Amino acid sequence: MNIEIIGITVLWIFLYGYLIVASIDFGAGFFSYYSMITGRKHLVHGIIERYLSPVWEVTNVFLIFFMVGIVGFFPDTAYYLGTALLLPGSIAIILLAIRGSYYAFSNYGSKDNSFYLLLYGSSGLFIPASLSIVLTLSEGGFIQEQDGQVVLLYGKLFTSAYAWSVVILSLVSILFISAAFLTYYANKAKDYKAMEVLRGFAIGWSAPTILASLLVFFAIYRHNPWHFENMLHYAWMFVLSLVCFLFATYFIWKRQRLGLAFILVMLQFAFAFFGYGAAHLPYILYPFISIHESVTSPEMGIALIIAFIAGLLLLIPSLYLLMRLFLFNAAYVQGKSGK
Amino acid sequence: MMSYDPAVYSRILTGLTLGFHILFATIGVGVPVMIAIAEFLGIKLKDPHYILLARRWGRGFVITVAVGVVTGTSIGMQLNLLWPSFMQIAGQAIALPLFMETFAFFFEAIFLGIYLYTWDRFRNPWVHFAISIPVIIGSSLSAFFITVVNAFMNTPQGFKLEGRTIIDIDPWVAMFNPATPTKTAHVLSSAYMTSAFLLAAIAAVSLLAGKKHAYYKKALKLTMLAGLVFSLLTAVIGDMSGKFLAEYQPEKLAAAEWHFETSAQAPLVLGGFLNENHEIHYGLKLPFALSILAFGKPSAVVTGLNDIPPDERPPLYIHYLFDMMVSIGSLLIVLCLAYILFARKARRSEGRELPRWLLRCIVAAGPLAMLAIECGWILAEVGRQPWILRGYMRTAEGATTSGNVDWMLLLFALLYIVLGFTVWAVLRKMFKSNSAELELTGRGIEGGEAQ
Repeated sequence: MNIEIIGITVLWIFLYGYLIVASIDFGAGFFSYYSMITGRKHLVHGIIERYLSPVWEVTNVFLIFFMVGIVGFFPDTAYYLGTALLLPGSIAIILLAIRGSYYAFSNYGSKDNSFYLLLYGSSGLFIPASLSIVLTLSEGGFIQEQDGQVVLLYGKLFTSAYAWSVVILSLVSILFISAAFLTYYANKAKDYKAMEVLRGFAIGWSAPTILASLLVFFAIYRHNPWHFENMLHYAWMFVLSLVCFLFATYFIWKRQRLGLAFILVMLQFAFAFFGYGAAHLPYILYPFISIHESVTSPEMGIALIIAFIAGLLLLIPSLYLLMRLFLFNAAYVQGKSGK
Repeated sequence: MMSYDPAVYSRILTGLTLGFHILFATIGVGVPVMIAIAEFLGIKLKDPHYILLARRWGRGFVITVAVGVVTGTSIGMQLNLLWPSFMQIAGQAIALPLFMETFAFFFEAIFLGIYLYTWDRFRNPWVHFAISIPVIIGSSLSAFFITVVNAFMNTPQGFKLEGRTIIDIDPWVAMFNPATPTKTAHVLSSAYMTSAFLLAAIAAVSLLAGKKHAYYKKALKLTMLAGLVFSLLTAVIGDMSGKFLAEYQPEKLAAAEWHFETSAQAPLVLGGFLNENHEIHYGLKLPFALSILAFGKPSAVVTGLNDIPPDERPPLYIHYLFDMMVSIGSLLIVLCLAYILFARKARRSEGRELPRWLLRCIVAAGPLAMLAIECGWILAEVGRQPWILRGYMRTAEGATTSGNVDWMLLLFALLYIVLGFTVWAVLRKMFKSNSAELELTGRGIEGGEAQ
C-alpha cells in the first residue's frame, strides 16, 4: 500500500469516528432540549448528562484530527477548501464554539438556565448541516478557479438538489444514530421510562434516514454521474448497509438486543460511508485534487504514519479505560456512583 | 473605514482569536499543575483543605477548558480558512507537530474526563491523584507541540522551497529548529506562573473580603510559593530567549530594544518614546546591558536595525511590549518576596494579618501576569513581521484572497465578547452560591468558619 491510500484511509476512519460520536453528541443535545420543552426532561436528562459529561471533550478531538490530518497528508486541500470555505467554515466554527461552551455552562455552571440549554441544543442541529457542505463541495461543480482565485459558487450551491439532500441526510441520521445509542444506554441503566421515550425517537427517525439516503443516491446520479457509476461497483456495501439498518430497526422495535442494534446502526453507516468514500477515489475534491497528485512528501508521510501508530498505542488503552469507567460501568451508568 | 484588504483583516482576526484563546490556553496548561500540587499536599499532609482546594479549582477549570477547547478549534480551522496559501506550503512541514499536538490534546481530554468524575471512586486516594499526571502531561505536551509550530515559523528549517512546492522535508529537523527549546520552555513556565498568580489573586480576594478561614491562607501560601518558583524559572528562560534572538532573529531584538547602530557595549533602553527621527526621549539607558542580555558579555557586538533591510524590519512599537512583559515579570518576583517577608512577620506575632495593600497587590498580580503573557505573544508575533515564514514567505502572500473576512472579523469579535462575559458570569455564580465555608461544612470536613 502506498502513502496516499494509507493516509486517506486513516482520515476516513477518523471522519467516520467523528460522525458516530458527534451524532450521538449533537442528537443528545437536541433531545435534551426537546424533552425539556415537552415536559419530559426529568425522564431523559439524567441519562444524557451521565453519558455526555465525561466524553464531550473527546468528540471535538476527532474533528481536529481530521482537519490536521488532511492538511498534513494532502496540503492542496488547504488551498482550495480553505479559500472556498471561509464563510461556511467560519459559521461552523462559531456554532461549534457556542455549542461546546454552552454545554459546559449549562452542565457545570448554571444548571437550570434554559437559555443555555437552548443555545446548546439548537446549535448542534446546524453544525452537521454546515459541516456537510465539505462533502457536497467534494463532488465538484461548486468551486471555480478564475485568474488564480478560488471562488465558491454560492448561487449554485444553494439551488443544488444534491446539497440539500446531503443536509437532510446529515440531520436525520444524527437523530437516528443518537436515539439508537441512547436507547441502548438507557436500557443498560435500567431506566425504562427514558428508554421508552428514546426508543420512540429512534423508531420515528428510522424511516426518514433511509428515505434521505435514497434521496442522496438519486441526487448524486443527477449531479455527478461519474461518482454514481463508481458507487455501483460497490453496490454490495450499500446493500449490506440496508440489511444492517433493517435488523437494527427490528431489534429496537422488539426492545431486544439493544447493544447489538446499536452496533448494527454503526455498521449501517460504516458500510455506506466507506462505500461512498471508496467510490469517490482517487479524487478528494473533484476534479481539482486527487490523492495521487497532491500527496505530501514521502518523508513527512512516513513520519505522520509513525506518529499515528504511536498515538493509537497511547489512545486505545486510554479510550478503553474511559469506557470501562463510564460506558460499561454498571454503577456509573445507573447513576449510583457520584461525581 | 479602511479599504478591504483580506490580508489585513486576516491578521486582525487571527490576532483576535489567538489573543482570546491564549487566556484560556494559559489556564489550561497551568491550572492542572496547581490542582495536582494541591491534591498531592492534601493526601500527603492528610489535610482536607488542600483536597477541597483541588476540587474547587477543578470545578472552575472545566468551564475555562470548554472555552479553551472551542477557541482552540477556531484557531485550528481558521489557520486553513484565513491562510490557505501558507498552509499549503508550511502545512506539510509542520504537519507532524500539529498531529502530535492533537494526540496530546486527545490524551488530556480523556483523562480530564476521568479525573473530574472519579473523585470519590477509588478507595486509595493516590489512584485519583495519579490520574492528574496524564492530564498534566497531555496539556503541557500539547502546549509544547503547538509552540514548536510557532517556533518553526520563526526559524524555518528542514525543507527546500521550489516555487510553491516544498521538497526534501526532514520532519525532525523542522520540529527541533533553533527556536524550539527557548520558546517552548518560556511558554510552559510562564503558563504555570500565570496560573499560580491567578489562583493567588482569587485567594487574596476572599481574604480581603474578610474571610478568615485557614483554607484561604493555605491557598494563598501554596500559590504564592509556586508563583515564586515559576517566575524565577520564567526569568531565567526569558534571558535564554534573549540570547536566542540575538543569534537567530537579530531584527526582532533590535526592534524591541530600539537598537539602531550595530555596536559593542550596547546599552539596554527602558521605557521612553521615539520621535520620527528615531531619537529616543526619556528612556533609561543601562550601559552594556543589551550586550550582556544578548551574548552574556559586555563587549559583545549587537546587530542594529540599520543593518536590516528596511522592508524586513518589524514595527518599533514592540519595544513597549517588551518593557511591559519584563517589568511585570520582575515586579511579580518582588511581590512574592514581599509576601514571604510579611507572612513570616504575621506568623511570628499572634493576631497579626497580612497588610491589606499587599493583598491588593496580589489581586492585581493575576491579571498582570496574564497581561504579560499577551504582551509577550504580541511581541513574538509582531516582531517577526513582515514574515509569516521568516525568510521564506511574507505575511501578505499567505493570506486568503476570499471576500467577507471583514464580516467574519465582526462575527468572531461578537462571539468572543459573549463568551467572555458568560464565562465570567458562570464562574462567579458557581463560587458565590457555594462558598468554601459552605462546602467545608457540607462535606463534613469541619463545623464551618473558624472563629
